[in-house]
Amino acid sequence: MPSINQNAYPGALPNFRNLGILLRILLLVNGVCLVAAALKSASMQQALQEFTTIAALVEPILILSLLVLMLANPWLGKLPFYRGAGVVVLLELALTTLVYQLGASFFGSGIGSLERLWLFCLLMTAALIVYFNMRSRLLSPALAEARLQALQARIRPHFLFNSINAVLSLIRSDTKRAEIALEDLSDLFRVLMADNRQLSTLQQEVDLCRRYLSLEQLRLGERLQVEWHIDNMPHDAQIPPLVLQPLLENAVYHGIEPHTESGVININIFLRNDQVHVLLRNPYQREGVHHAGNKMAMENIRERLSLHFDVEASLTATLRDDSYQVHIIIPYLRAKK
Amino acid sequence: MTSPLRIMIVDDEAPARNRLKELLADCAASFPHEVVGEAANGREALDLMSREPADLLLLDIRMPEMDGIEVARHLLGLPQMPAVIFTTAYDVYAIEAFEVNAVDYLMKPVRGERLLGALQKARQNRPPGPEQLQKLAQRPRTCLSVQERGKIVLIPVSEVIYLKAELKYVTIRTLEREYLLEESLTNLEQEFMANFIRIHRNCLVAKASITGFEKVAEEGEEAHWEVVLKGVEEKLPLSRRQQYLVKEFAK
Repeated sequence: MPSINQNAYPGALPNFRNLGILLRILLLVNGVCLVAAALKSASMQQALQEFTTIAALVEPILILSLLVLMLANPWLGKLPFYRGAGVVVLLELALTTLVYQLGASFFGSGIGSLERLWLFCLLMTAALIVYFNMRSRLLSPALAEARLQALQARIRPHFLFNSINAVLSLIRSDTKRAEIALEDLSDLFRVLMADNRQLSTLQQEVDLCRRYLSLEQLRLGERLQVEWHIDNMPHDAQIPPLVLQPLLENAVYHGIEPHTESGVININIFLRNDQVHVLLRNPYQREGVHHAGNKMAMENIRERLSLHFDVEASLTATLRDDSYQVHIIIPYLRAKK
Repeated sequence: MTSPLRIMIVDDEAPARNRLKELLADCAASFPHEVVGEAANGREALDLMSREPADLLLLDIRMPEMDGIEVARHLLGLPQMPAVIFTTAYDVYAIEAFEVNAVDYLMKPVRGERLLGALQKARQNRPPGPEQLQKLAQRPRTCLSVQERGKIVLIPVSEVIYLKAELKYVTIRTLEREYLLEESLTNLEQEFMANFIRIHRNCLVAKASITGFEKVAEEGEEAHWEVVLKGVEEKLPLSRRQQYLVKEFAK
C-alpha cells in the first residue's frame, strides 16, 4: 500500500504561543532541575533546598525565555528549521548570560560559574528542540491521517441517497428548487473532497452548515426547525473544516429523523474571553440504543481539534432528559487575510 | 382480466412519496394500477389499510417511531396479507437480511424499470411470512397488534402491564383492558427482554409496572410471594424459581 506521507519531513520549531507547548517546556525544564537536585543530594530535605537554589537561577531564565519566544514566534516560524533552531540556541545563551550577570551583581559570586550554566542551557535547549521536532514528526502523519479521517467522518450515505431522491422528485415539479438543491449538494461535496488539513473560517463552516440544512429541510420539511443565534459570532475565527457539519448531521439523524413531530435544532455561536464557544442542541429521546456512529464522529472531531489547538480546545457532550448538547470551545485565532 | 392492482405508498419523506407517484404514473401504461393512499408513518399506513385496503404496499424501511419491517409484521394480522415491496436509501444490514431471506426490496433513488419489474413480480410472489419478517427485524416492535372486527388494533408495548399465557393465547393486560394475542410467550420474552421479566412459567411483567412484592400465607399452604403492580388491583404469583427477584428489587 502506498504511504500517504512520502515527503521527507522538513522539521519545525513548535508554536511558542500554544499553551500546551508552553506547559510542556515548563514541566520538562523543572523536571530536569528536580532530577539534578536529587542527584546532588543525600536526603529529601537537601534535595528540596538544592532545587530552590537551582530554581532561583533557572526560573527567571525560563520565564524570560518563554516571553521572548512568544514575542518572536511569528518571526521564528518563518525561518527554515535549522536556522530557527540556531537562533533559539543563541537567544537562550544570551538570556542566560544576561540573567547570570544580573544575578551576580545582586548575590555576588555564590552562584557557580557561567560556563556551567551555559552548558546546562545548551543541553536543555537542544534537548527540547529535538523533543518538539520529534513530537511534531510523530504527529505529522497524524495530520495527514486527520485529512483521511475527515473523509471518513463523511456524510452518511443514507443522507446522500435520500437527498438525490429528493432532488429527483423536484425535477419535474419545481426545477428552480431542484437546481438550488444540486448546487448545495455540490458545495457540500467540494468541501468533503478538499484537502482538509488547512484551517477554515467559522463563516465558511456556517455557510456549509446552512447548505447542508437546506438539503435536509427539503426531505424533512416541517419536521426540521433550526434556530441560529450567531449575532456575536467572530466570522474570521479559524476552525478545522467539517467540525460543525458532522455534528449537525448527528443532530438531524438522532434528534429529528426518529420522530414524527417537529423538533428544533439550536445553534449558538459566540465569542467570550477570546474563546469561541459553539453550542449545538437537539431534542433526544433515550431509547437505550447506543450509537456507535455518533461516538466515532465525536472522537474524530475531538482528535482534529486537539491536533490543531492542543489543550486549548475542548469538546463536551451532555445528555439531558430530553435533549443532547455539544459544547465546543476553541481559542479565537483570526484567519490570515 | 384481473382488476388493477391497488397500491399504497408509505414513506416519511414527502419528496420520496412524490417520486414514487411520478414513477408509478410512468408505469401506468404497461402496468395498470391505482394508488389508493399515501402514509407518512407506520400508524397512518395501518390505519389507512383498514379503510382502504391495498393489494401492495411500497414500504420505506427507515421511518420514525415504527419502521417498515414492524408495519409489515402488523399487516400479518389482516385476513389477507398484502404484497410488500420495501424501499430503502441505504441500510447495509437490512439489505443483507433481505438478500438472505429473499424478500423484495428497492433501493432509493428507484429506477423506473426496476419498479416495473418489482410490480410485475409482486402478484406472483407470496408475501413475506412471520418468520421471514422476524429475521429482518432489527429491533423489538414498538407495538403489539391484535385483530378486532377486521381492523388492526395497536397496543404500544410501553402500555402493557403484563403478558400471560393461557391455553392457545397470550393475554395482554393494559390499564384499560385485556387483549388476546396469538403468539408464543417464549418469542415475546426474547423480543422484549430489555423491558419485561418472567415472574412465572406463564407470565411476563413489564419491569416498570412492578411496585413491590408481598408475602402471602394462606391456611394450610406454604407461604409464597406475589407481585404488586402499578395501576391494577390484581396481584400475580411469583414462582419459587424467580424468588431471587425480590432481593434484586430491594436493591
